[in-house]
Amino acid sequence: MAHTVKIPVPALNKEISVSTGLFINNEFVPSVDSSEVIQCFNPATEEVIASVVAGSAKDIDVAVAAARTAFKTTWGKNVTGWERSRLMNKLADLIERDAQELAELETLNNGKPVAVARDFDIGDSIQCLRYYAGWADKITGQTIEVDNKSKMAFTRHEPIGVCGQIIPWNYPINMWSWKVAPALAVGCTIVMKPSEITPLTALKLSELVVEAGFPPGVINTVPSLGPVGGAALSAHPDVDKVAFTGSTITGRKIMEAAAKSNLKKVSLELGGKSPQLIFESADLKQAAAWSALGICYNTGQDCTAGSRIYVQDSVYDKFIDILVSTVKETVIGDGFDKSTGGGPLVSKAQFDRVWGYIDAGKAEGAKVVLGGERRNTKGYFVDPTIFTDVNSDMKIVKEEIFGPVLSIGRFKTEEEAVALANNTTYGLGAGLHSTDASQCMRVSGLLEAGTVWVNQYNVLSNNVPFGGKKQSGIGRELGSYALEEYTSIKAVHWNIGEKLQWPLSL
Amino acid sequence: MAQVFTYEFNTPVYKGKTSFNTGLYINGKFVEGSNKTTIDVINPANGKLITQIAEATPKDVDIAVDAAHKAFETTWGLNVGGAERSRLLTKLALLMEEHQKELAAIEALDNGKTFNWAMDLDTTFAIDTIRYYAGWADKIHGQVQETDEKKLSYTRHEPIGVVGQIIPWNFPLLMMSWKIGPALATGNCIVMKPSEFTPLSAIRMCELIDRAGFPPGTVNLVTGYGNTVGSAISSHMKIDKVAFTGSTLVGRKIMEAAAKSNLKDITLELGGKSPNIIYNDADLDQAVEWAAHGIYWNHGQACSAGSRIFVQSGIYDQFLEKFTEKSRSLKVGDPFDVDSYQGPQVSKNQYDRIMDYIQSGKDEGATVHLGGDRNGTEGYYINPTIFTNTTPDMKIVQEEIFGPVGVVIKFEDEDDVIRQANDTVFGLAAAVFSQNITRALNTAHRLKAGTAWVNCVNQLHANVPFGGFKQSGIGRELGEYALHNYTAVKSVQVNLGHIM
Repeated sequence: MAHTVKIPVPALNKEISVSTGLFINNEFVPSVDSSEVIQCFNPATEEVIASVVAGSAKDIDVAVAAARTAFKTTWGKNVTGWERSRLMNKLADLIERDAQELAELETLNNGKPVAVARDFDIGDSIQCLRYYAGWADKITGQTIEVDNKSKMAFTRHEPIGVCGQIIPWNYPINMWSWKVAPALAVGCTIVMKPSEITPLTALKLSELVVEAGFPPGVINTVPSLGPVGGAALSAHPDVDKVAFTGSTITGRKIMEAAAKSNLKKVSLELGGKSPQLIFESADLKQAAAWSALGICYNTGQDCTAGSRIYVQDSVYDKFIDILVSTVKETVIGDGFDKSTGGGPLVSKAQFDRVWGYIDAGKAEGAKVVLGGERRNTKGYFVDPTIFTDVNSDMKIVKEEIFGPVLSIGRFKTEEEAVALANNTTYGLGAGLHSTDASQCMRVSGLLEAGTVWVNQYNVLSNNVPFGGKKQSGIGRELGSYALEEYTSIKAVHWNIGEKLQWPLSL
Repeated sequence: MAQVFTYEFNTPVYKGKTSFNTGLYINGKFVEGSNKTTIDVINPANGKLITQIAEATPKDVDIAVDAAHKAFETTWGLNVGGAERSRLLTKLALLMEEHQKELAAIEALDNGKTFNWAMDLDTTFAIDTIRYYAGWADKIHGQVQETDEKKLSYTRHEPIGVVGQIIPWNFPLLMMSWKIGPALATGNCIVMKPSEFTPLSAIRMCELIDRAGFPPGTVNLVTGYGNTVGSAISSHMKIDKVAFTGSTLVGRKIMEAAAKSNLKDITLELGGKSPNIIYNDADLDQAVEWAAHGIYWNHGQACSAGSRIFVQSGIYDQFLEKFTEKSRSLKVGDPFDVDSYQGPQVSKNQYDRIMDYIQSGKDEGATVHLGGDRNGTEGYYINPTIFTNTTPDMKIVQEEIFGPVGVVIKFEDEDDVIRQANDTVFGLAAAVFSQNITRALNTAHRLKAGTAWVNCVNQLHANVPFGGFKQSGIGRELGEYALHNYTAVKSVQVNLGHIM
């Protein structure tokens, strides 16, 4: 089954070739014990575009063994930071070379517009690899003064080892780069399980890994069903660390499996129900623009989607008007159509989920001020939907929808706003809009979120850390902080002069 | 009209042609000096003229400083993000790689080091240095300090502004990369004076800098003499910082000029008389190899040269015998010969200086154990030289010779040799050879030097800091530490609630 397929791209009258096997030891191979395949769909047309080999638990064993061998021989402490840097920069250059084709493949499988995939997703991914390539030869420990006459104490920042990485379907290439880059920079080897919904670009990137010159086994890619490959990685006795981005519910399973197996290190980037607060001093037009971005970008399929907005009473009506007319301009359509701002939802399952929430919102008595109507055409398209007159008990206010569905509430005082914002088990992102500097400082200090945006929303930089508080996650990605997730500290106490007398004289 | 320098290399190790614009490089253009005078560039292998280059004057320094300030306010400085600075530095490294052989050949021609050394070390390390600092450019972090909830207190690590950089002739291209790497990574604009003895590789680099896409005025090159251009830079009222590598004598003048003008920030990498201590329990054969590298690398023209070799009495005779044999085996010859280890000294000036020191050694009663004479009749070649039977007060033991002249001193006692090693106004580097880790580390930790090598000498890496104690310098280059030389810390305290 492991062979190259040519996937037609009708909108562009071309074909993209992708290797469909499991990528282990720099080769695409069939499963060792299974003939299962995963079907990949085009969410704009609901059609199957390709089938790829589905990895089994045994295949995960093979991949982990390959990663372990590489870690002990050609990677880990056997490769210098400069060499890691060089290879990572080479990979970034190759992705840049192939950006257009990778973008088209991403659009085909995920649905997002081609220009967005190319300039944002892939553009950011290239920068992410280059950023971490720059860190690779700068991993420093400390020397620590204990006693100059008798001891030389220092720390080594060593690579953790073999890392299982499980990534989601909302930003396939971008999430791949966020995981791969810091791990490679510090010298870890990787078994990557891309989402079973969007495995194609991970496989295509694996071809570039070979071209860049990485030794076999450093990066392995095993498309697999979550309960199969994901579970196997989380429970694997020879995986030293698992990093996961996805739902909170799956995150719990991964952490449990890690605890029950070998206490492997865990970092989790989970869900969110991120609030934005619109205070009366805010520039309402700008706040509306950022709010629109917050819920419509990537068609709301974003862990930090600004899915709850609370508006101060005094500006409520005015803001709703501006927001509705702003969001109305959003064009949801086929990713190959140049006028499209956002694509379809990624799959039937997501489509049904989101509609379930929209129906629940109506049933629980929230008021629809925009959208909420099915298209009844082919493709998993959902138009932006805004609910008002919500209360904190409603499902659409409490639970993560992961679609372009926004709930808007109101508040009188700053205290009330903060309370409403923090009334969630999640803590990934939050935004506040105000021109009162003291208020900005107070409120940003009080919001329980890993990222707080002041007068903007959902803008990230590769060098600024990102992650969740509360049940939104454990650990941080991006910035120098991500390096810590893949580094294991060893303290060395080197005796250079102490002579011991046993028993001790007390 | 600025000139074009063309040279055809037809040698056993390199065949190729170089052709590039020369002149001062100011605001993205190659121009003549305002006096329209020139400097002769001499080939030290034969004493003959290679070419003439434009001479800069203090007036040209003014023009360059103005161009640098303009760029800093508009197209560089804080107007450009770290990711873009990183991209440009990476591009420069790529261009250097593409032209590596050409750069190495120019360096060998102008400086006299062998083409092979220029390839394997100078140009390779220079490229690595630029790449290393490209990686830092988007990682310049300040801090947030906790004061109270009504205040936001943080630091910004801002570029200093326009920096003057004065580099030496011993590793021209490498020294240029050590200076421009961290300065550009942190967002500064540069007015650089290369050595008047070895300007060619720096001039060649300017075109690569231009092609890489650095905005005009970010890097400016003013080729001129120390007492005119160097002095103008150190005392310039609109240069915010000067970084200098060279002799301690000149370093003092620069610091004085900085103090007398605008109290500009200074970093200095100066001379050394670095000790190399070899204990009885050293791996003898390895110690011999490293000791030779320590003093003869770059024809002894290295600030960190292990020029005082202390050998413990138990192995002294064996060491001296093997070390002499090793020194004798080093081939002195044309920089472009296949098997040359050592080329000529860089200039007649330096040649005369070194020969004077050798003479003083003889006059003061030391024994010339090996060499002590010229090699050949053309060019500034000096044979590897070993002095023995010295006393601590001799000039050849106290002063920096900067040539292939090593002093081998017998010692007995560990404490005494450490005292002797530290008995110098210098403190750049030191080396210890011993198989006993306790002895080695204890000695290394007691030596008053900015770099202590254990069982190696003269090893440098882009990410490991380098600089001097005492009169060997102020500040550190390389590693993360170099970034501090080019950033100014601003504390911002934002009151968000305290009522006065």
